[in-house]
Amino acid sequence: MTSTDSPPAVTLADVDVVLSGVPIVRHAGFTIEPGQTVAITGNNGSGKTTLMRAVLGLVPHRGSIRLFGTEVQHFHHWRRIGYVPQRSSIMVQQATAREVVATGRLGLRRPLWPASSSDRSAVAAALGEVGMSDRAGAPFVRLSGGQQQRVLIARALAGEADLMVWDEPLAGVDQHTQNVLAEVVAALRRQGRTVLMVLHEPGPLEPLIDRAITLADGRVVADGPFQSAGGGHEVHELPHSHSHRTGLEVV
Amino acid sequence: MDWLMLEFMQRALLAAVITGLTAPAIGTYLVQRRLSLLGDGLGHLAVAGVGLAFLTGTAPLPLAVVVCVLGAVGIELLRELGRTSGDVGLAILFYGGLSGGLLLASLAGQGTGTLSAYLFGSLLTITATELWIVGGLGAIVLLVCLGLLPQLFAVSADEPFARTIGLPVRFYNVLVVALAAITVTVSMRTVGLLLVSALMVVPVATANHLVIGFRRSMLVAMGLGVLAAVSGTVGSYEFDTAPGALIVVIGIGLFALSWPVSLLLARRRAPSVELVDDQPPLAHEVTEAHPHQHAAGCGHVAVTHGGHVDYIHDGHRHAAHEGHYDEH
Repeated sequence: MTSTDSPPAVTLADVDVVLSGVPIVRHAGFTIEPGQTVAITGNNGSGKTTLMRAVLGLVPHRGSIRLFGTEVQHFHHWRRIGYVPQRSSIMVQQATAREVVATGRLGLRRPLWPASSSDRSAVAAALGEVGMSDRAGAPFVRLSGGQQQRVLIARALAGEADLMVWDEPLAGVDQHTQNVLAEVVAALRRQGRTVLMVLHEPGPLEPLIDRAITLADGRVVADGPFQSAGGGHEVHELPHSHSHRTGLEVV
Repeated sequence: MDWLMLEFMQRALLAAVITGLTAPAIGTYLVQRRLSLLGDGLGHLAVAGVGLAFLTGTAPLPLAVVVCVLGAVGIELLRELGRTSGDVGLAILFYGGLSGGLLLASLAGQGTGTLSAYLFGSLLTITATELWIVGGLGAIVLLVCLGLLPQLFAVSADEPFARTIGLPVRFYNVLVVALAAITVTVSMRTVGLLLVSALMVVPVATANHLVIGFRRSMLVAMGLGVLAAVSGTVGSYEFDTAPGALIVVIGIGLFALSWPVSLLLARRRAPSVELVDDQPPLAHEVTEAHPHQHAAGCGHVAVTHGGHVDYIHDGHRHAAHEGHYDEH
């Protein structure tokens, strides 16, 4: 990156995350330029989700995590981030899909002011983009897993964020939803937005991914173009045991 | 309707309306956050405020508000720090409040008789000054509950997400419990500290039976709360019963009635699901003699796929086709 450019969307330098005394992420470092579509991959327990939560400031970390050039603990432009959690924790019986999506606009709205027409149209457009317009009035908790995931994606889209941070958007969703999400990611790419996703299986998103960062045992062990299943990542096993505290730094 | 001319009845009805509106409004957020019983605990805590007022010879209502709000905010901050393991800490605080209140009241030479006006409500003896306090605090609760509805909904529904869009989550969490504490103490003269929690929960549960949508169910719950509070107040005058108890019994009666209504509504709304990745029927399979006419709301689940509607009947789908039903 050159200094005249806009700052990177995400910069990590020597990031450690320790939860309840257990190191989950170790010495992680990478830079994501605006407009990139990046997948974080790795086996279960490799630290993907924790790394993502650290990027969002939801868990404490050591080292430096910058969002758009600002350290995450001093970052205030949260409306630029569109977060989609791994699975919905929304248990509100009576809330409709539209009401859930509308909360995605709150970063842009002033408290005590009613929703503007642009708020309403952004919510409607986001629901349309994920193919949920006809279910907008349905109770969120009664939707299928795939439909709930599409609603949560729509909630992130409604906020018109520059940086999408999605945790396993394809986990446990039906094929139709996977295809819808691939269309959404393709549209985000065309608009020049940055997309950072934790992915276990790339599915239909594979051709859209510019770059894959692979974690193993909390370390970045590979960083480069996405290699299709069967090749690449699983082979990049590293010659270090779990007890190696000092660790072998891997390029 | 001669009771409408009585000054104490006018005050009682006004206070009942305020409780009927505020308790379900804040209760909607508590139910959503699985804190249905917080109101009950705060009611116990408010007893300490009342006892303290007896001992110091001050007005019970303002002191109870202060004690209850401080206790509620403390509980919320402890919860956020993860210091209270589950409900044990809350139980200790709440029963400490109740026993402390009773102790302070007895030290002040007041028996449980005086205290019962606050424990069970004493709507018909509410004074004009108390009504002003109740009205002022009730207006604040309503203003915040309705004005900050999108924010409070977002924080209660999905806290991590609310954090990532930059909402001041801690402030809103503290605000909700502080408003709950205000509502509890404000309601102690109407339904009483031991029963106020019912008005925070029961109308909300009833509304959930009747309507879909968070905002809509909050408004319906407030309507139901007013209905129960006003009819309970009038009824208690007519039949000479305890108003707080009658209000809550009416609220629970409305809940019981809402059950069959919700079943009817569910039928009318004709559960409809969308079927995706569907394979077309392989062959033209006609059902056997089928006297039942499928239609919207016929009781069978409607499935929309491939541009037409099927009805799920005993585990397979029926599609209307030239006077008979195909198996899909």
